[in-house]
Amino acid sequence: MYAWIGQILRVNLTDATIKKEKLDPVLRRNYIGARGLGSKLFMDEVDPQVDPLSPENKIVFMTGPLTGTLAASGGRYNVVTRGPLNGTIAASNSGGSFGPELKYAGYDGIIFEGKAEKPVYLWINNAEVELRSAEELWGRNVPETTDMIKQATHEEAKVACIGPAGEKLVKFACIMNEYNRAAGRSGVGAVMGSKNLKALAVRGTGGIKVADRQGFMQAITDARNKLKAHPVTGAGLAAYGTNVLVNILNEHGGLPVKNFSEAAVFAKAENVSGEYQAEHCLVRNKGCFGCSIGCGRVSRNRGKYKGIGEGPEYEATWGLGPNLFIDDFEAISKANFLCNELGLDPISLAGTLACATEMMEKGFIPWEKADLRWGDADMLVEMTIKTAYREGFGDELAEGSYRLAEKYGHPEFSMSVKKQELPAYDPRGQQGIGLNYATSNRGGCHVRGYMTSPEVLGIPEKVDPDSTEGKAALLKIFQDLTALVDSAGICLFTTFGQGLPEIAEQLRQATGLDLSDEEFLLAGERIWNLERSFNLQAGISSKDDTLPPRLLREPMKGGPHQGNVVRLELMLPEYYTLRGWDQAGVPTPEKLQELSL
Amino acid sequence: MGSQSEMEKIIVVQPEKCTGCRTCELVCSFTHTGEFNPARSRISVFTFEKVGFSSPVLCQQCSTAACMQVCPVGAVSRDNKTGAMVVNSSRCLVCKACTIACPLGATFYDHVSDSILKCDLCGGDPECVKFCPSGAITYQEAGEAGLARRKAVAAKLKDVYEEVS
Repeated sequence: MYAWIGQILRVNLTDATIKKEKLDPVLRRNYIGARGLGSKLFMDEVDPQVDPLSPENKIVFMTGPLTGTLAASGGRYNVVTRGPLNGTIAASNSGGSFGPELKYAGYDGIIFEGKAEKPVYLWINNAEVELRSAEELWGRNVPETTDMIKQATHEEAKVACIGPAGEKLVKFACIMNEYNRAAGRSGVGAVMGSKNLKALAVRGTGGIKVADRQGFMQAITDARNKLKAHPVTGAGLAAYGTNVLVNILNEHGGLPVKNFSEAAVFAKAENVSGEYQAEHCLVRNKGCFGCSIGCGRVSRNRGKYKGIGEGPEYEATWGLGPNLFIDDFEAISKANFLCNELGLDPISLAGTLACATEMMEKGFIPWEKADLRWGDADMLVEMTIKTAYREGFGDELAEGSYRLAEKYGHPEFSMSVKKQELPAYDPRGQQGIGLNYATSNRGGCHVRGYMTSPEVLGIPEKVDPDSTEGKAALLKIFQDLTALVDSAGICLFTTFGQGLPEIAEQLRQATGLDLSDEEFLLAGERIWNLERSFNLQAGISSKDDTLPPRLLREPMKGGPHQGNVVRLELMLPEYYTLRGWDQAGVPTPEKLQELSL
Repeated sequence: MGSQSEMEKIIVVQPEKCTGCRTCELVCSFTHTGEFNPARSRISVFTFEKVGFSSPVLCQQCSTAACMQVCPVGAVSRDNKTGAMVVNSSRCLVCKACTIACPLGATFYDHVSDSILKCDLCGGDPECVKFCPSGAITYQEAGEAGLARRKAVAAKLKDVYEEVS
């Protein structure tokens, strides 16, 4: 067996049984790994209408064929489940060393099913796998849990766990591995919490073989050289981390402010930029497994918001900063550290807080609930903790912005798509990212088709951000390629510097699969359509392929894109047609046949 | 003792540059065993995950080499060309005394091959150095090794003096 291990674990939490199963070679070829293969295995076993927090839902951890190899940034794993935030198929992706360690232990992935009677964690020590009591760990935060499990198992065990947010079923709780890396979105942590599954710990000392050793070395050397030579992957991300985007998006006029209610230009952007972080807070750069980019930051705050940890990344910085009108980098960083410790997705937390703040300002949520004001950094820190523990108004915030806004009669203030909070790009300044948000299979998300790359950064080439022309076709390629990348087990950031030919070549040499570049991209398209089918069966359809009304109707109030709204109606029908879907957004029988679905 | 000559190159590790990506472990294990397996890599990155601090640890080819001194059958010797301490597998009993004696924990027993593993400098062209993306592992003339750090210290002094003058 090359690249894959060929074996997965099935853990039934209800009756505490653990089985080892073979991985079907046809599925491997068609769905590659991680996001694609995880979704396929999940969909074959779970009813799309399942209550996400019921024992009938399952949660799949899956690596890709390139995970744990020398492929450029090849350390990713995905968590697939039906997400509690919005009921779409959730595939949440994380780096670090957890995924590779799972493969070295002898498994491509794990399927968890049922619900444990009492809190447990899974300890995988190569071939020996056992469920252990987690009663001592329940209630503890991520660093405490990780410390205690490492002490009880192995010093170099890789631990993925939930914090209090996951236990309390916060709808946007995440799974944290190695303290600081997150499978962050869609509330996958709450699914673990609902199953009384506190953590996974893994120690692996086996190896991964590739089909053609020389060919693979050549392929990864070519790919790594390309990444090194590219200004984003070789210089920008390495120098300033993802926060290099703060000033870039601000200059572009696409950095949303106050819940997307003002011009997407933040006057004090410099105070929260990657440049600021590098000068005042940076301890050192941090890379995920096998990564030559090293965009991670270890930051230290002094004074009032004292602390050390990883991040904040660009999306968190924006959400906890400009979108709440906060310009104190240390406060943002503190809230981000708390998100890591408590196991919260900072994008959804921040989007929910921004929604609540605007609704209070407008009188739709009474002030007795909480005293949320724009720019109040101390309140941000307080509400982060309250949300994770569901204390006071935090209990309402823990449901996410859509449920909150709907409860108070104004769902339009939730800046979300399919109930998942939007990330850090105002689509009125980038038509293509608007189409991406509207059609993303997991709702509001930037890492399903990162149109910021061509529209703002000019990669692979610059396109007019204000034009709708050609965006549907470009987005389709981005979405399909991203599905392939996520399924291969490598980091999406590599696609700034490498394209389909390099990725397909690494996959070919590693796996021995005789597939052309186009056939690999077709696997990406197959995965995209598979996810779409799940959502359709779950009752999420073309009516949900839309944006918050503000972005469709309220013209941008200033900046370079003043007066713009997202012209979704010009792009969506074309997108459906290019996808081979009917105008109700349903894949045609011909398309399904073409994709062998 | 088998001391290293003036012009020999040595591996220099700068932990402050290490991002903890473990690329060195991957390329080392692949070069020597044909598979990706950090547990069998002769270079090992230890990471303090909570604070994100990592450092590669590997054999420093000691001038007074404990592995050689402790070996009961003389299986460990210095390669004249590279200066690396190498294990002669046809003589080695795999008694593991060298793994106990090594003060760096960089000589270890590999149960897969039932042999002693340690850095052999890849015959004078170390792969970990070539692949390290952050420049944390370099291969330098012995006399040059401290230059980068000396310069960094001097630069700080320069800043201080310029500030007060």
